[in-house]
Amino acid sequence: MTPNPSTRRDLLAHGLAGAALFAAAPALILPARAQGLAPTPTMRGGANNYLPGAPIVSRIGGGGFLMTGTVRRAGDGAPLSGIRIQIWAHTTEGREEDRHSHGATLTAADGSFRLDMPQIIPIFGQPHGHLAYEGAGFKTVFLRPIMASARDKTLSAHFVLEPA
Amino acid sequence: MRVPSLRAGLIWGALALAIAVPVALAMTSPFLAWRPVVYTAAGFAGIAAMGVLLVQPLLAAGLLPGLPLRPGRQVHRWLGLLLLGLVVAHVGGFWLTSAPDVIDALLFASPTPFSPWGVVAMWAVFAAAALALLRDRLQIAPRIWRLAHTALALVIVVGSVVHALLIEGTMEPWSKAALCLLALGALAKALLDLRVWLLLRRRNARERSRASG
Repeated sequence: MTPNPSTRRDLLAHGLAGAALFAAAPALILPARAQGLAPTPTMRGGANNYLPGAPIVSRIGGGGFLMTGTVRRAGDGAPLSGIRIQIWAHTTEGREEDRHSHGATLTAADGSFRLDMPQIIPIFGQPHGHLAYEGAGFKTVFLRPIMASARDKTLSAHFVLEPA
Repeated sequence: MRVPSLRAGLIWGALALAIAVPVALAMTSPFLAWRPVVYTAAGFAGIAAMGVLLVQPLLAAGLLPGLPLRPGRQVHRWLGLLLLGLVVAHVGGFWLTSAPDVIDALLFASPTPFSPWGVVAMWAVFAAAALALLRDRLQIAPRIWRLAHTALALVIVVGSVVHALLIEGTMEPWSKAALCLLALGALAKALLDLRVWLLLRRRNARERSRASG
């Protein structure tokens, strides 16, 4: 950052200035970047036990747990309606790879979606759900959000999709 | 005679409780109702392996009443084999439940922060087993053997403890933390009693004298 700081005070001063610049960087970079919103990257392990083409359902199984979220377009952040989001998890009613643990829903006009599903149970050491967007208009994204507590009755995940 | 036998009873009793309580509490976990049998078995293989990790250093240092160094180490060898089997059952059972999650973990591409700690500990168990089996055939010098086995034991215990503590699963958190702390304590006690650092110091001294002479 600074060539050969000669004193401890120099090092501290330059180091702090550097740290401050680094901390401020996201705020500086974001507005500059193509009117804003960056696409959501696929999460590690997000696609595990994905079954393409899960049917659109009003509820997965008996319900009792609420998965919510939003879908927006990268760049301008416009809400996307009618986007098909697929959801699956290890729940009180089945394993991730069981077909009946999978379901899909469509986003509303404001880009939001919600799907009633059975209670998620921690599996592989974390209480988590899986969500997928796969379609013609935008690039595929797999999310794997984690619940803050295994007792939570709801979980949300947000998509920012990049036009394909 | 009375005092030593009371002491022995207390030590063995404490050891049995330290392992039995976490296992018993894990058996009451509500999550078990929603899990496949193979997955549950794999999880308990992991808990049992943590129990073995508590006992192993105590045996290696001859710290358990009635099992001084020589017979202690004989039992240590058998428990090492048991540990190997438990690790294989642990990973294999999860593989049968959800292969992609285990493949992610083995490739260090897992989203779960505890996975790499467990995978490193697993490889260290395999390495320790391989080294033990090849020790005579390759005529590994005792000092090298002790250094390697001690280093692997450190990786196995520390890796497994971090792995276990980061997991949100069937184990009850407090009994899990206690078992982990005791395993670390047993390892530290064994390393201190066996004065393993002397192995390093002697080599350093020899290298220094070689370098100066």
